[in-house]
Amino acid sequence: MELDFSPVWAGWRNLLEGGLVTVEITAVSLALGCVMGLLVGIGRLNPQRRVVYALCTSYVAAIRGTPLLVQLFLLFFGLPQFGILLPAFVCGVIGLGIYSGAYVSEIVRGAIQSIDRGQMEAARSVGMSYGTAMRNIILPQALVRMIPPLGNEFIALIKNSALVSLLTIHDLMHEGQKIISVTYRSLEVYLAIAVMYFVLTGLTTLALRHIEQRLRAGGMVQ
Amino acid sequence: MKAEQTIVSIRGLCKSFGDHVVLNGIDFDVEPSQVVVVIGPSGSGKSTFLRCCNGLETPEKGRVEICGRTLVDDGRMLDESALNHLREDVGMVFQSFNLFPHLPVIDNITVGPRKVRGISRKQADSEAMALLEKVGLAEKAHAMPASLSGGQKQRVAIARALAMQPKVMLFDEPTSALDPELVGEVLQVMKLLAREGMTMMVVTHEMDFAREVGDVVVVMDGGVVIEAGPPDIIFTNPAQTRTRDFLRAVLSRS
Repeated sequence: MELDFSPVWAGWRNLLEGGLVTVEITAVSLALGCVMGLLVGIGRLNPQRRVVYALCTSYVAAIRGTPLLVQLFLLFFGLPQFGILLPAFVCGVIGLGIYSGAYVSEIVRGAIQSIDRGQMEAARSVGMSYGTAMRNIILPQALVRMIPPLGNEFIALIKNSALVSLLTIHDLMHEGQKIISVTYRSLEVYLAIAVMYFVLTGLTTLALRHIEQRLRAGGMVQ
Repeated sequence: MKAEQTIVSIRGLCKSFGDHVVLNGIDFDVEPSQVVVVIGPSGSGKSTFLRCCNGLETPEKGRVEICGRTLVDDGRMLDESALNHLREDVGMVFQSFNLFPHLPVIDNITVGPRKVRGISRKQADSEAMALLEKVGLAEKAHAMPASLSGGQKQRVAIARALAMQPKVMLFDEPTSALDPELVGEVLQVMKLLAREGMTMMVVTHEMDFAREVGDVVVVMDGGVVIEAGPPDIIFTNPAQTRTRDFLRAVLSRS
């Protein structure tokens, strides 16, 4: 059997455009996931605030307990039954963002809880409110500890984003499949797609390593 | 001195953790500029008692009045914002320093004034430098906490508490985590504060400090104050056998 990569070369523009859509959709859902994760993670710190805690905990349980593909289909094919018709891109971003937020929230919660209790006590003892102490003392320290697990989460999100091709979003995966449907060169095209995902995840890893090293050099990590 | 208004007043303080009774009815007053040294065997409730005085623990019974405000009355704490406000007047120094490791020394000191009082960085910095001079660490202003010795960390922690211009300073075993050769430098700073007239409540095992600097020595055991009085009486002629036993055990160690 002979490998023939000419369909990949012929379709490089489409693949690149698909790659850009993948980057876009991942970046926006990442931002959404981080915001949700931060809020939900903090919401789950104190079980005594019952309503907030219960809401946040159910969210994490529901999202982690069901397949991402089902969640995406619920948004894209399910919501229209209520007359809510969201553009595919919006469905993809919301779906990935909500999904990722559940995992990020656990990272946030774990990192915050790993900070010594004395830090909060010392901050409160100089008169800081809970919020001021959280923003200025706890979160900056927790952030450094979040970076390695967040890196895993970002990478997972990039790869999971391939599922949005099933929502008619023209991402990298979708563009690849379009080429395959006319050339029947599955192996070569999927290999090319795999390499492009690998480059994206690799760049993310390098970027995060760089950030972590800068924080370390700044004395943020002991 | 006694004519002035009492600055800390504690009545019938009780605190339990689950079934374990830690404080079992403490009554106590502190006058302005007094140095009160709290001693007693470990597990006697000294630290918990101190932590009740700035609301880090909530006692379920009894009352704490501090700087003219009621911090807690039978389990009802001041509301959040009033509590935060009160804590500006009550400095706390911890056994384990609890410096903010992500901030340089000077920011450890200024973060309170800047974020709580809204003082400009410039003004906060100059006040912090004055405090660092006072604790002998001006040259460490831009060092990170991790690069300091234990004694230096604790002196920074004292400066951090002083930056809020507190009326009372609480010290929770400030020298217990230090190597023996570093204890002196921290006690030196505390003596300086005492001389300046700072009201201080100090939980410690440093008996020499208690004898030299304390106006009142409070002996706690089993969650109650078993004896309180001027150091020369407590150390030479205590009324309680439990005090005698404790002192004998502590003093024979050194």
